[in-house]
Amino acid sequence: MTQAKISAQGVQVHYADTHAIKDVNVEIADKEVTAFIGPSGCGKSTFLRCINRMNDTIDICRVTGDIRIDGEDIYDAKVDPVQLRAKVGMVFQKPNPFPKSIYDNVAYGPKIHGLSRNKAELDEIVEKSLRKAALWNEAKDRLHAPGTGLSGGQQQRLCIARAIATAPEVLLMDEPCSALDPIATAQVEELIDDLRQSFSVVIVTHSMQQAARVSQKTAFFHLGSLVEFGDTNKIFTNPEDPRTESYISGRIG
Amino acid sequence: MTQKSLLTVDARTKKRNASEKRFKAFGLGAIIVAMVALVILLTSVVSTGSSAFKQTYATVSVPLPEAKLDKSGVRDLDVMKKVTTIGYTSLLRDGIVGTVADAGLTTTLSAKDIGKMLSKEAAATVRDHVLANPDVIGTSVEFSLLMNGRIDGYFKGRVTMESAALDGNTSPEELQLAQDMANAGLVETKFNWAFLTAPDASDQRPEAAGLGVAILGSLYMMIVVLVLALPIGVAASIYLEEFAPKNRWTDIIEVNISNLAAVPSIVYGILGLAIFINFMEFNQSSPLVGGLVLTLMTLPTIIISTRAALKSVPPSIRDAALGVGASKMQSVFHHVLPLAAPGILTGTIIGLAQALGETAPLLLIGMVAFVREYPAAYSPDAGLFGEAATALPVQVFNWTQRADPGFVERASGAIITLLIFLLIMNAIAIFLRRKFERRW
Amino acid sequence: MPLSVSLIITICLVVLAYFAAPRRALAMSGGDARTLAALPRQYGLNAALAVGLPSLVVLVAGLLAGGGGYLTIILLVVAGATFAGSMLRIAPSLRARTEAEGMIKLVLIAASVIAILTTVGIVFSMLFETRNFFGQYKWSDFYFSTEWSPNFRGDSSLGIIPLLWGTLYISFIALVFAVPIGLFAAIYLSEYAGRRMRGIAKPAIEILAGIPTIVYGLFALITVGPFLRDYFAAPMGFGDSASSVMTAGLVMGVMLIPFVSSLSDDIINAVPQAMRDGSLGLGATKSETIRQVVIPAALPGIVGAVLLAASRAIGETMIVVLGAGAAARLSLNPFEAMTTVTVKIVSQLTGDTDFASPETLVAFALGLTLFVITLGLNVVALMIVRKYREQYE
Repeated sequence: MTQAKISAQGVQVHYADTHAIKDVNVEIADKEVTAFIGPSGCGKSTFLRCINRMNDTIDICRVTGDIRIDGEDIYDAKVDPVQLRAKVGMVFQKPNPFPKSIYDNVAYGPKIHGLSRNKAELDEIVEKSLRKAALWNEAKDRLHAPGTGLSGGQQQRLCIARAIATAPEVLLMDEPCSALDPIATAQVEELIDDLRQSFSVVIVTHSMQQAARVSQKTAFFHLGSLVEFGDTNKIFTNPEDPRTESYISGRIG
Repeated sequence: MTQKSLLTVDARTKKRNASEKRFKAFGLGAIIVAMVALVILLTSVVSTGSSAFKQTYATVSVPLPEAKLDKSGVRDLDVMKKVTTIGYTSLLRDGIVGTVADAGLTTTLSAKDIGKMLSKEAAATVRDHVLANPDVIGTSVEFSLLMNGRIDGYFKGRVTMESAALDGNTSPEELQLAQDMANAGLVETKFNWAFLTAPDASDQRPEAAGLGVAILGSLYMMIVVLVLALPIGVAASIYLEEFAPKNRWTDIIEVNISNLAAVPSIVYGILGLAIFINFMEFNQSSPLVGGLVLTLMTLPTIIISTRAALKSVPPSIRDAALGVGASKMQSVFHHVLPLAAPGILTGTIIGLAQALGETAPLLLIGMVAFVREYPAAYSPDAGLFGEAATALPVQVFNWTQRADPGFVERASGAIITLLIFLLIMNAIAIFLRRKFERRW
Repeated sequence: MPLSVSLIITICLVVLAYFAAPRRALAMSGGDARTLAALPRQYGLNAALAVGLPSLVVLVAGLLAGGGGYLTIILLVVAGATFAGSMLRIAPSLRARTEAEGMIKLVLIAASVIAILTTVGIVFSMLFETRNFFGQYKWSDFYFSTEWSPNFRGDSSLGIIPLLWGTLYISFIALVFAVPIGLFAAIYLSEYAGRRMRGIAKPAIEILAGIPTIVYGLFALITVGPFLRDYFAAPMGFGDSASSVMTAGLVMGVMLIPFVSSLSDDIINAVPQAMRDGSLGLGATKSETIRQVVIPAALPGIVGAVLLAASRAIGETMIVVLGAGAAARLSLNPFEAMTTVTVKIVSQLTGDTDFASPETLVAFALGLTLFVITLGLNVVALMIVRKYREQYE
């Protein structure tokens, strides 16, 4: 069995005195979409943010336990989060393009990490990322227009392009469609299916239908614990834990 | 993409982290520069000015012969008053010469020069005492008399034997005698209450200059500002915040107020000069005019802070009052205003503190005058607008314009006094804010 | 009789109205307060306002017009008439509370109008005297001449250009000093500093902000000026004056640091956290995020803050009076004394020259020019900041 891309063991997260994540163990495979589902406040976003150490930016947050990517403990003292985040990209709930041009938005990551040697290479990276995010055709004629001038769905695809421009290996998506209309949502979901061919994708979603559509594996969180993890089909048709069953059938959350 | 281990920090990341550290250091450096500037400012002012709170006095036994002081022989005040301070000067001279001789001190100075060791103000002190207590005539009375500015400077370290040799107003022999007198216990430097209570003194007598008139003038002006700016400011804020319809006129008023808050203070001085003094012909440099100008200046500040205080009261309070049938006016005055009161008070105190320190507008309305007597707020001649007065910051400015180096110490001491007043006012404001602050 | 007596009588009438009106209202209702259209005490308030407000208006108007014997009589007449009138109008059907509130609202509106009156007063007072000035001295000479040398015997050169030069030069130095320091301090405090550091540094900066400008002026005069002269200007051969552009500029810079810092703080905090998260999520360091995302996003606001600081610097008086000297000069040497518009306003208006002479009236023209410049800067700055805020709210 190939080594899991991301493996978490005994992860606990405390916000000051609140115990937000309780003893989570999970293994996430590469080139696959894994969905985190659960009712509001169950900790799925918090756990997601542990994977790229975004919780470091919050003073009162304490993370303990073991999280490894490709076998390396990302909370090791030798690891610089800055490098980690080039390897693990993130797309946020509300599209947040920088007030810069479309080109500069996508080029930002590669520039700071020094991933291109000259302008031609940078242009290439930008084009590749925009193509992969299915935005190239709409953007190619206005690369220097402000990114904030795009529609909601386009902005989110721009954020996806921005995130994949650093050639990460893992892509974390925190409810990426919750601020989008149904058509834009469908476009992004189609995109996710493409993306899983190059990355390991972890997507937090509060829509069970979305999880069922895009993911191969699903993890159900409840009150800070990982209740059940398995193939998406099984979770939604024949869950083992009664809590999972309650959530699926709409009795909780 | 090549697999790079996360456990090794690559070179580029190291460079970026170093850049991060530098950036952070700049930020910290900026804060340190600001704090160091503050410390240097306060230290320099306090070290130059703290000596103003000490003053050198001599204990001198002054003979008060009747022949000289009371020609009438019956203690007739009118006759006694005819003897001016010049007449007393020779008596003081005799007094200090005698005191020096009695202490067994020798000097090469002439009697006249010894007499000059006392401040020219000293004669007035003795005269006032005699006129208030005529029965001391015929005796010798021991007085604590102000010594002159150069001797005071010597005991404070400003004047040295070397500088005295080049100084036309003193001499090394004079300083030496003063030192001898100090050693004999006849001269001492003690706490200078007179600095806070005495009126200003003329150019040649920095040792006698005091802040009494300035403090009183500032007090009058603060009262005028409080009585005028607070009600008007609160009234305007209530209208703008609670009653005014959202139309163009209200917009214009609001833009007006923001602009007025940013107008340079000197422009208010020009306004005061042109309208209050020229057009309405109020008295120049009266505390009322000063107060009016400062009121206009403080009004925008009070309006802005009062509006913020009113805005912070949640709409639910107003709705609750209206819900039981109160009128809009009643809901504002009975409910909103009391809840906003701490914020309004804090804003007013801060506005007053700003007004206390203002100088430029007061200069323009004529407050440069050298004011020797305590001004009355109301007198039959000056009417409701009071007599000429000055204010603390204006007095500081005045003193900086005088040639005698003794005034540098006075000006700095005045600033210490001003800063202490401001500190007290701001402390009260902060205390009130902490005590009454509500978190909605 | 003197004014004070009629004033006392008026006050007595107001108090009397306050207490008598409720009695009369109750009497008219036969002792049953419920038949009245308002609470008894509201009748009192209404009557007191009806007497007090007109009397106050008459008093203030009369005093502003110069007082005089007529005022005493007019005041008494007004007070008496309003007293009688308000008493006679009392009836159970009189909606006293509504009337009283209407009068109070008028008072509130009047208070707001004072703000406009102030601006009108400022503009008119300066316009009027400036027109007088331009009647005696050519406006083109004033605005374009490069020489300033007033002469009380007449035949003065009164050109604003050397004064404007001094003003702008000193403000420039002040901003060069204050903007980087204030901005970096704000960045550090809002992005990096821990609670303890914020607890010390913020109050310290607020103290700097509360120090009156006369204190800064004295500091320039007795400490900074001699220091710069002895250690920089003299040894380097730039000049031997303690009053100089550098002295005033540096001290003014210190004064402006808290101003720039607190404005920048507001502006940086207005940039949404989502933008910072987006940058950090891509693996940027904090300083890269600040330099490449936050500051560019905040740039309009920062420009507005700089303009406001410039306006403050240009209008400053006491620091330049005490620190920059009185010599009107067009020079590039920052260690020379150079005066400003504000210094000359003070010196021309507090001198001994005749008020109607051009040497004195020029101060009004200077003041008007200063007002227009600072107003322009303020308006542009506020517009920029307003547009910037709209982006994020």
